[in-house]
Amino acid sequence: MTLTSPSSSAPLATRPPRSSRLGGWRPGAAALPLTAMVVALLVACPLGFVALEAGQSGWDATRQLLGRPMVLTLLGHTAALTAVVTAASLVLGFGAAWLVERTDLPLRRTFTVLAAMPLAIPEFVHGYCWVSLMPSVQGLWGASLVMVSSLYPLVFLPVAAVLRRSDAGAAEVARSLGHGRLSVLWRVTLPQCRPALAGGALLVALYLLGEYGAFAMLRYTTFATAIFTEFETAFDMTSASVLALVLIALALLIVLLQAWVVRQRGRVVRERTSGRPAAPIPLGRTKPLALLAMTALVGTAVGVPVYALGYWLVKGSSTTLPSASIWSLTLTTLGYALGAAAVATAAAIPVALYAWRRETRLARAVEQTVYLTRALPGIAVALAVVFFAIRYAQPLYQQAPLLVAGYVALFFPLALTAVRSSLAQVPHAVEDVARSLGTRPLAVLARVTVPLILPGLGAAFAMVGLTASTELTATLLLRPTGTDTLATQFWTYTTGLAWGAAAPYAAVMTALSVPAVLLLTRRTLGDSRTHTTREAGR
Amino acid sequence: MSGLTVTDLHAHHGRNDVLRGVDLTVKDGELACVLGPSGCGKSTLLRIVAGFHPATTGTVTVGDRVLDDGRRRERAEKRRIGYVPQDGALFPHLTAAANIGFGLPRAERAARVPELLDLVGLAGLGDRHPHQLSGGQQQRVALARALAPRPDLLLLDEPFSALDAALRAELRTEVAAALRRAGATAVLVTHDVDEALAFADLVAVMRDGRITQSGTPDDLFHRPTDAHVARALGEANLLPAALNGDEATTPLGTLLLARPTGRDDAGTVMLRPRQLRLLTRADTDSWTHTLRATVAATQFRGHDHRVEVTPAADGLDHPLIAYTDTAPPPVGTSVHVVATGPVHALPAAGAATTAPTGDLARHQAR
Repeated sequence: MTLTSPSSSAPLATRPPRSSRLGGWRPGAAALPLTAMVVALLVACPLGFVALEAGQSGWDATRQLLGRPMVLTLLGHTAALTAVVTAASLVLGFGAAWLVERTDLPLRRTFTVLAAMPLAIPEFVHGYCWVSLMPSVQGLWGASLVMVSSLYPLVFLPVAAVLRRSDAGAAEVARSLGHGRLSVLWRVTLPQCRPALAGGALLVALYLLGEYGAFAMLRYTTFATAIFTEFETAFDMTSASVLALVLIALALLIVLLQAWVVRQRGRVVRERTSGRPAAPIPLGRTKPLALLAMTALVGTAVGVPVYALGYWLVKGSSTTLPSASIWSLTLTTLGYALGAAAVATAAAIPVALYAWRRETRLARAVEQTVYLTRALPGIAVALAVVFFAIRYAQPLYQQAPLLVAGYVALFFPLALTAVRSSLAQVPHAVEDVARSLGTRPLAVLARVTVPLILPGLGAAFAMVGLTASTELTATLLLRPTGTDTLATQFWTYTTGLAWGAAAPYAAVMTALSVPAVLLLTRRTLGDSRTHTTREAGR
Repeated sequence: MSGLTVTDLHAHHGRNDVLRGVDLTVKDGELACVLGPSGCGKSTLLRIVAGFHPATTGTVTVGDRVLDDGRRRERAEKRRIGYVPQDGALFPHLTAAANIGFGLPRAERAARVPELLDLVGLAGLGDRHPHQLSGGQQQRVALARALAPRPDLLLLDEPFSALDAALRAELRTEVAAALRRAGATAVLVTHDVDEALAFADLVAVMRDGRITQSGTPDDLFHRPTDAHVARALGEANLLPAALNGDEATTPLGTLLLARPTGRDDAGTVMLRPRQLRLLTRADTDSWTHTLRATVAATQFRGHDHRVEVTPAADGLDHPLIAYTDTAPPPVGTSVHVVATGPVHALPAAGAATTAPTGDLARHQAR
């Protein structure tokens, strides 16, 4: 054997010409971060456009616009509604989740699916169902009733997921330490659900800020309806954008509030590792009461809309025939929605990959920026896209690509969440191993990474596509001239009080949303038959 | 020739220096093991060699190919270096056979995959998906997958740590045998001494981003260059001594040195626990010098007893540790400690030698 030591092997002397064998930093290495950042910027730029447009008016004009008594009324309306609806959603969502996950309530599986179903009915369809049956449902209490029955699942689903996954041991230990059931519920179970409750409340509040259709139908003015009126009827872009900025500020305030609430207490919720579900708490004599409450909730939130739709479908078809165009409208709607879904899913891949591969501060910042756009109310995003088109891309205004771009900006976070969560299941080392086996980075993506996240890509595509197909606010502002989607045609009929004619469109939109909600329910609550348990079992 | 040479390698993660001048030479066909506690930089070293992490300065050479010189890097997929990570990282969407064939040209798969399945003892299981295989089988597939394209060098990052103790011992023996059959050059990193000693021809002990000593397992175990290496390879009693030619005067008497140091000053000698014997008064006659001590703790470990004794001598702050085959006297008993066999003197602090000298010493010793 030869005598070898690092100093004698002298790699410098035998080094081959550098250029021929070694690669330096290639443009390819920077491609992913650049793409990710460009996508994040594009998605986050609506905020900039709104600010730009609002800035056109100058400080004095802005102060004058904000000083109007109307702004104070709007603030009052929005605050009252947000407080009432969020509080009621928290109580109903938590109560329902606790009943179906932790007690021996009969028909728990059925109730779980039914309790999530209001999400399949767009808010403005909810409003239509109540208003068309009972014209007296309006104002703050009418709006609250409709919005609570439409939004409480946003609390119900995450809380149910936490209750299903969190360790039941904590509750059992509390019982062994001498706490009664109510005490355990208050002191152990509720704190466990705190982050989920805060997250759900955030979503409810943000939906409320961005909703236009339902409030217009219930004749309750909020920032969103005011912005829409300023823009559509008065065509006052500056005023609309100043109001939109206030709305965005409110949204960011709520986001900060939620982050603060979550940070307040320890958030270590150990996920159940034993695979042992908690023993259901026997309801005993209160069982009929619980059953009644659950039935009342589901009856109000799902039963009333279904009854209303059925009623108007039957009645409508006997008086005015539904327009034969409904099928072509469905196709148009799906065309736009699926186009947006494809773009959003494709754009989500680089952002998700970048955040997953590099846990750097920059990567996290890029991802956080995108998630922050979730806080942008739909109407603000739509306005921003309109401003952009009118100022910088006039030929695109009221053209199909702009509507698709609006959908992408609105629903991009939805796609990112789905792609990111499926990537989170992929072990990091697989990409490294694939490269060490001589595969080029793009080939690694095609042969390993993408096949592994295919279910996530499918979920992203479906979620964005189905959600976009029932979008109303942005569609009203951005649709190409002369084009209608299911939502806008429905809107045209309901503003003309043609309840019967509108019903088929509402029914089709609801039917389209049902798969998305089932998908969401299953993804949130987890399904014992999915591959995650298979992975865990190995 | 496809040996690995790493010279003065530096690297950082963000603002932390992870490697601070690593030197390592692994010859063609040799199985090397980098041993160190978690966080010492051993995984980073592996990732730099594999091409997943950039070096700040220093060079990495395999055979006569310079892979990284701190400025330009060969891309990971061009390096011909196999990599087996801790959890195996099998591609979950592919069967065992497809995993193994991943790095092979399509035409070669049919011939080479069964050959590798055989090599790792999984013949007939090629159709299984990763989740249908046990943990040990998954690691074997990961190994076969890395070996399939006949890499110049194979890197294993704690590949057995996720397995239970019995399987770990069995699999590492098998893997070492499979690698020798395949004639592979390999570097394994681990924090498990038993694994390092059982697996490797060459062990390199790593601490704080540097390799403090490398050599054969025997060399490192019996002739460590400093206290850290001595303890990294197993328990050690380090005693102050006056060195004098080929002898050392210690609290245990004057002991013969395994190798003369040529020094005439105060130093430290190392005695492994097996070199200490505990005697009761009755059988001390044949020993010229014994050290009185009290049994402080005993532990039965199945194959032997581990005994801690507190010496009754000035200048010995730490308890001495001895392994005995027979049951030791109960705690509190007074015993006599004697040393058997020649002892090793640690080189003087400051003149502590590093890898190159360790290597040289090893070859001279042959």
